[in-house]
Amino acid sequence: MARTPAELVGANPGPSFEITMDGRPVTALPGQSVAAALWSAGILAWRTTRHTDRPRGAFCGIGQCYDCLATINGEPNRRACLVPARPGDVIITQEGHGHARLSV
Amino acid sequence: MPASASDPYDLAVIGAGSAGLAGAVTAAELGLSVALLDGSPQHGGQFYRHPAPSMGAARPEALHHDWAAFAELRRRLERSDVSHLSGHHVWTVTKEDHGPWAVHAVTGVDGTAERSVRVRARTVLLATGAYERQLPFPGWTLPGVVGAGGAQAMLKSGLVLPGKRVVVAGSGPLLLAVATSLAAAGAQVPAVIEASGYLGYARHPRALAANPHKLVEAAVHGAALLRHRVRLRTRSAVTEVHGTDRVEAVTVTRLDRDWRPVRGASRQIECDALAVGHGLAPQIELATALGCATRPVADGTSALALDGLQETSVRGLWAAGETGGIGGAQLARSEGELAGLAAAGRLYGHPVREERVRALQRRRDRMRAFADAMAISHAPAAGWTGWLTGDTEVCRCEEVTARSIREAVTDFGARDARTVKLLTRAGMGWCQGRMCGAAVACLAAREGAVEPPAERRPFAVPVPLSALASLDEPTGIRPDAAPGVDD
Ligand code: FES
Repeated sequence: MARTPAELVGANPGPSFEITMDGRPVTALPGQSVAAALWSAGILAWRTTRHTDRPRGAFCGIGQCYDCLATINGEPNRRACLVPARPGDVIITQEGHGHARLSV
Repeated sequence: MPASASDPYDLAVIGAGSAGLAGAVTAAELGLSVALLDGSPQHGGQFYRHPAPSMGAARPEALHHDWAAFAELRRRLERSDVSHLSGHHVWTVTKEDHGPWAVHAVTGVDGTAERSVRVRARTVLLATGAYERQLPFPGWTLPGVVGAGGAQAMLKSGLVLPGKRVVVAGSGPLLLAVATSLAAAGAQVPAVIEASGYLGYARHPRALAANPHKLVEAAVHGAALLRHRVRLRTRSAVTEVHGTDRVEAVTVTRLDRDWRPVRGASRQIECDALAVGHGLAPQIELATALGCATRPVADGTSALALDGLQETSVRGLWAAGETGGIGGAQLARSEGELAGLAAAGRLYGHPVREERVRALQRRRDRMRAFADAMAISHAPAAGWTGWLTGDTEVCRCEEVTARSIREAVTDFGARDARTVKLLTRAGMGWCQGRMCGAAVACLAAREGAVEPPAERRPFAVPVPLSALASLDEPTGIRPDAAPGVDD
C-alpha cells in the first residue's frame, strides 16, 4: 500500500526548491500550486477574514471559492490553489481584503 | 484553424474536460475549425485532473477511473488541429445580431495576466462542468475543512493531502471516490459519513439494471473502502467541527429521514481534516446570462434544458456534460460527441451519421436515467437546517451568519436568495454565491418550496476593469494574432 500520494503515482519530480510563507521556508515541487506546497508543509491557513479576523486557506481547490487568496510576491488576491509555485516565491498571509484590484 | 485570420472559428468549445474534449475532437475530425478554451494549464477537466509534467508521475492513472478513455481523447486532440487555448478564463459570451459569437476570456493561471482575448466562432459548445454544492454547519470555515472535491483536486494535481486522518462527509457518490483515493494515497480515513441512505437506488431498479457499470463501480469502491478499513455511516452528518485554529475532531450525528439531527445520537471522531460536499451543481452562468432555458433537477439544482442533439434553447449554442445535469464522465463524453456531430451537421450539412447519433442518444438516455435516480437518492432533505446554530457562517466570503439570514427572512420578509443577498450581503463576495447559494435559497424558503438559486452572475470570473473597458472598443485583428483570436 502506498504511503504517500507521490509513491502512489510513481512521481519522480524535478528538483525541489524553496518558497517562503511569512518568512518561514517551505519546500515546493515543480508543478505544485502554492496551495499544494503549503499543504505539504502542513500549513492550512494563509489568509485572515475581513470582519472577524479568522484564518482561512484552500477550500474548493479549483479556483471557485476564493478562500485561498494570498499575497504572492507583493500581489494581493492571488488564488493560491491556481498559481504554480516558483523558486523564491514570497507568500504573505493576506489580511482583510488585500487591496482589491479586481472589479468584483 | 479558420482559413484566414479574419474568419471566425466554426466552433468554440468552452471547457476541456470529458465533454469538451469529446466535442472538440469530434467536430475537428469532421473538418470544422475548432478553438478549445480552458482556464487550467492542462486539459482533462476536474475528473481527469492530473499532475503537471514536471512532477514526473509514472502512473497518473492510479488516482483515476477509466484513464484509458482520457488517454484516447488526448491522443485524438494531439492529432487534430484544434487550437487549444489553455489558461483562458472565459468570463462572458456575447453575440451580435447576425454575426458570430464572441467568447471573452482573460489569460493567466488565475486570470490576472490582464490580457483579454476575444475568440470569434460561428457556434459554441459549453462544457463548463460543475462545482461542488456545500451545506454549512458549525465550524465549517475552520482550516482543515475542505471540499470533498477540493481534497480530490489537490490530491490529483498537487499530490498532497489536507491531513493525516481525514473524515469524508456529505452526500453523493463522489464521497466514495474521494475516500478511496485519499486512503490509497496514504491518508487514514476513519469514516465516510453519508446523509442519505443507499436504499434510495433500490427504488429505481430499471435505471440500475440498465447501468450495470455503475454497480461495478460501486462494488469496486466498496471493496477498496473495506480494504482500507473505512467505515461507511449512512443517514448521518457532521454537525460540528472542533478546534481553535484547525480541525481537531468532528461531531457526527444521526439524521432522521428528513435529515433532522436526532437528539442524543452523536459521537465524536478525532481527525485533522474533514473533506465535505453535498454533490455537484451544474456550472451554467455563461448560458443563463445569454437567456438559455433551464430545467429543475430532482436534487434542487438547475441544469440547462437541452434538445435531443444537446442544443440549448438559444440557437447555435450547444451544451454537454454536467451543464445539462450531473451525470459523470462517461455521459459527458457521449454528449460532447453528440454536440460535435450536431454542430457539424448544422454548419456543413454533414450527413449526420444517423446510426452513430442514435446509438449515442440511447447511451445518453440510459445514463441520464441513472443520474436522475442518483440525484433523487442524495437530494438534501429540508431538515438539514436543523444542524445550524445562529453563529454558523453560511456565506464564507462575507461572513454572514445563519442568524442574520433568518432575520432577513422573519423580520424583513425576504422570500428568496436574491432579497436575502440584498439585505445581508450573503452571496455578494468573491465567489458570488457559488459556495452559499444553495444554503441561502433553503433558508429563504421558509415553509414554501425552495427556489433554485438563480445561476445569474454578472461575470463568470472576476475580471480586471481593463478587460471590461475593452469590450466596447472595436477590436481590430492584429496581423500576428492567431487566426480568429483577438487580443
Ligand atoms: S481553494 Fe477555492 S479558489 Fe482556491
